[in-house]
Amino acid sequence: IAGPGGDMQWCFSQVKGAIDDDVAEADIISTVEFNHTGELLATGDKGGRVVIFQQEIEVQLQNNYSSFWKHPQFRKFDYLKSLEIEEKINKIRWLPQKNAAQFLLSTNDKTIKLWKISERDKRPEGYNLKEEDGRYKDPNTITSLRVPVLKPMDLMVEASPRRVFANAHTYHINSVSVNSDNETYLSADDLRINLWHLEITDRSFNIVDIKPANMEELTEVITAAEFHPHQCNTFVYSSSKGTIRLCDMRVSALCDKHSKLFEEPEDPSNRSFFSEIISSISDVKFSHNGRYMMTRDYLSVKIWDLNMETRPVETYQVHEYLRSKLCSLYENDCIFDKFECCWNGNDSVVMTGSYNNFFRMFDRGHRRDVTLEASRENSKPMQVLKPRKVCTGGKRKKDEISVDSLDFNKKILHTAWHPQDNIIAVATTNNLYIFQDKVN
Amino acid sequence: MISTMECAVDAQSLISISLMKIHNSRTQRGGIKLHKNLLVSYVLRNARQVYIKEKYAEIYRMQQYEEVMTVCNEIQELNPLDLEAEDAEDEEQARTACCAEEASACGSPCHRGAAHCRAAGTVAGCSLLEDGCKEPEPSYYRSCCMEAPPAPLCEQCPANSSAHCNKTTVLDLDTHVVTTVENGYLHQDCCCDALQCGQSAQSPAKKRKVEFGCCASDAEEAPDFTAARKRAKREDCSYSAPDYTDTSNISNLISIFGSGFSGLLSRQADLEQICSKQALASLGAWTRAIVAF
Repeated sequence: IAGPGGDMQWCFSQVKGAIDDDVAEADIISTVEFNHTGELLATGDKGGRVVIFQQEIEVQLQNNYSSFWKHPQFRKFDYLKSLEIEEKINKIRWLPQKNAAQFLLSTNDKTIKLWKISERDKRPEGYNLKEEDGRYKDPNTITSLRVPVLKPMDLMVEASPRRVFANAHTYHINSVSVNSDNETYLSADDLRINLWHLEITDRSFNIVDIKPANMEELTEVITAAEFHPHQCNTFVYSSSKGTIRLCDMRVSALCDKHSKLFEEPEDPSNRSFFSEIISSISDVKFSHNGRYMMTRDYLSVKIWDLNMETRPVETYQVHEYLRSKLCSLYENDCIFDKFECCWNGNDSVVMTGSYNNFFRMFDRGHRRDVTLEASRENSKPMQVLKPRKVCTGGKRKKDEISVDSLDFNKKILHTAWHPQDNIIAVATTNNLYIFQDKVN
Repeated sequence: MISTMECAVDAQSLISISLMKIHNSRTQRGGIKLHKNLLVSYVLRNARQVYIKEKYAEIYRMQQYEEVMTVCNEIQELNPLDLEAEDAEDEEQARTACCAEEASACGSPCHRGAAHCRAAGTVAGCSLLEDGCKEPEPSYYRSCCMEAPPAPLCEQCPANSSAHCNKTTVLDLDTHVVTTVENGYLHQDCCCDALQCGQSAQSPAKKRKVEFGCCASDAEEAPDFTAARKRAKREDCSYSAPDYTDTSNISNLISIFGSGFSGLLSRQADLEQICSKQALASLGAWTRAIVAF
C-alpha cells in the first residue's frame, strides 16, 4: 500500500477505451477477469462484447453466432415472456489451462457460453475448391486433387464459441464459477443454482432452490455464488439479506440446507429505512488459500474465517461517509450499485471500488488502507498514484475532496488483481485502467 | 425503531419514491429485476411502518377519549340495567375530540340526526328523510322558546342545523321533544315535527309539544341530563353511518332517559375505572373486551 514506509507504489501503466466523456451505453464495462496465469485479461461490456487483452495483442470477440458486431438489430428476445434479454455480460470466468488453448465462460442474464481462445500462426493455403472471391467452384470444373499447405502468418488470436448453455434459468444469472475439478461449473440466478458439466449443454442439475411456493412470501434472493478453490464439493452463496451459506454437495443432491450459515447480527443503533439494502451482499470471493472468504456489501468489506460463522474476522469500511447520504443515494439509484471485490495473489491485500473513480485497498497484515483514483489526469506513463482522501466534515484540507463533491456517476464496480504479480485492472465506466507496482 | 434522523426525507415521500421505482421497473429493458424490487419493497415496508405509527399515534390521541366512551356505551347496551354516569368533563373533551374527528370523517352532520330521524320515523310510523339529508343551514336553527318553524322547513334535517359538530340533537320518543346539546348547554328545537312532516299527512302542529321550558330553567339539571344526551351523542358519533338504524339501541337509550339520574350518578366511579383501563388498552383489546361481555 502506498504511503510512507509502504512497500507498494502504484503507477499508471495503460488505459483502454474511449477518451471522450460521452459514454455509449454499450461500452460500459460490466466485468473484468484475469486468467489463471495472468497472461490474459478479459472484459465484458453492456453491449455483449468480450474483449481480451494480451500483453501485446488485443482481440475482440463477437458475442453472437455471426461474425458481425453486436448491434441493436441482433438483440435476443425471450419469446415466452416477450421480454428483451439484456446482452450485458454479467460475469467472465476463465477455465484453468489444459492445453495450448484457453477457455472462458461468459454469461449474460440468461445464457452461458464457453469460448475457446487459441493462437494461430499458420494458415492453410492452396485450396482449389474456391474462387478468388471465396465462392465455391462448380465441382465439375475441378480436375485435380490439391492438398493445402500450411504457411506461416502473423500471430493471431481467435476465439470461437464452443458451447452454449441456455434455457436453464428463469431469473437473471448473476454468477458463474468453475469447479476445481475442471469438469463442472455452477451458475446462479436470483433464486436457483444449477450445476453443469462443461461438455453437456442440454441439461443441468439444480442444486439450490430458494423459490418459495408463494412468491409473495419471498424475502431474499441469491446475489453471488462461488466454488471453493480446492474442495470440489464445497460452494458458497450470498443473499440479499447479508447472509452467506456454505453448502457441501456430498451431503445431498439438493443443497437447500446449508452446512454453514455466516451471518453477523445487525447493529440496532444503525437501523434505518435502508438497512436491508445496504446489508445485501453484492460479491463473495474465496481467498486463494481457501481458508477465508470476502464479502462486499454497500458500505463495507468483510473477511470471514470459514470456521467461524458468527461474525467476520475483519471488517473494512469502504466509504462510511455515505451512511448519512443513503436517502439521496436511494433516490438516484446509486444505493443499488453492486461493487465487487478481489484478493491479491497471496491474500494479504483486498481491493474494492467506490465512487468518484476511487478504489480502495486494505492491507490486512499491516492494518493499512489507501484510496487511489483512476483518472485520465493521472495517466502519464509510470506516474505514481497519489493517495486520495475524502473529507467527512470540518475543515477541508488541501488535496482532500469533500463528500458533496464526489461524482456518483463515476463508479468503480469491477476490479481484478493479477494472480501472481502486483498488477491490477480497474474498470471505470467505459475505460479499463491497468496499474502496476513500481517495483514490478 | 427506525431512526428517521439520518436524512430529511420523510416516510411519505419515501413511499412515493419507492412506488415510482417499482412502476418504472416494469418498463425497463431486460425484464423486472427481482433483486432490486425486493430491496425497494423493504424500503416501502419500513417507510409504511413509520408512517402508520405516526398516523396511528395521531389518531390515537384524538380518539382516545372517544373510544373510551364508545366502549362505555357498548357496555351499557349489552346490560342496560347497569346504568353508568359519565364524567361531565370527560364528556366535554371527548365530545370536542369526537366532533373534530367527525367533522373530517363523517361528512354531513345531518347524518347523525338522520340516525335518530330514521329510527324515530320507524317507531312513529312515518317515513323521513330517506333520500338523505340536505346540509342544514344555520338560519333554520331554532333555539328554544321560539315558534315552530313553518312546514317547508321540515325538509331540513332537524339535527344540527349548524354545520359544526359541537351540537347534536336527540329525539325523545316519549315526549317527542327534540333536544339539542350545544357545548354543554341544552336547547330544545321546536321543529321536532319536521321529522314527521316529510311525507306524513298529519298536521305537525298537533304533535308539537314543548315539554321543557327554555334553557335556563334546566340549567341545574343540565349536567346530568347533558350526560345522558352526550351518551346518545356518543352513540351518534361512533355510528355515524346513516345505515345505523338499530332501534333496540335507541330504545335502550330511551329507557335510560326514563330511569332517572340517581342510578346514573352512583355508578359513575366504576365506569370511570373501566373506561380508563380501556383507554390504556389497544384497539384490539377493546374489541375483545366487548366481545367478552
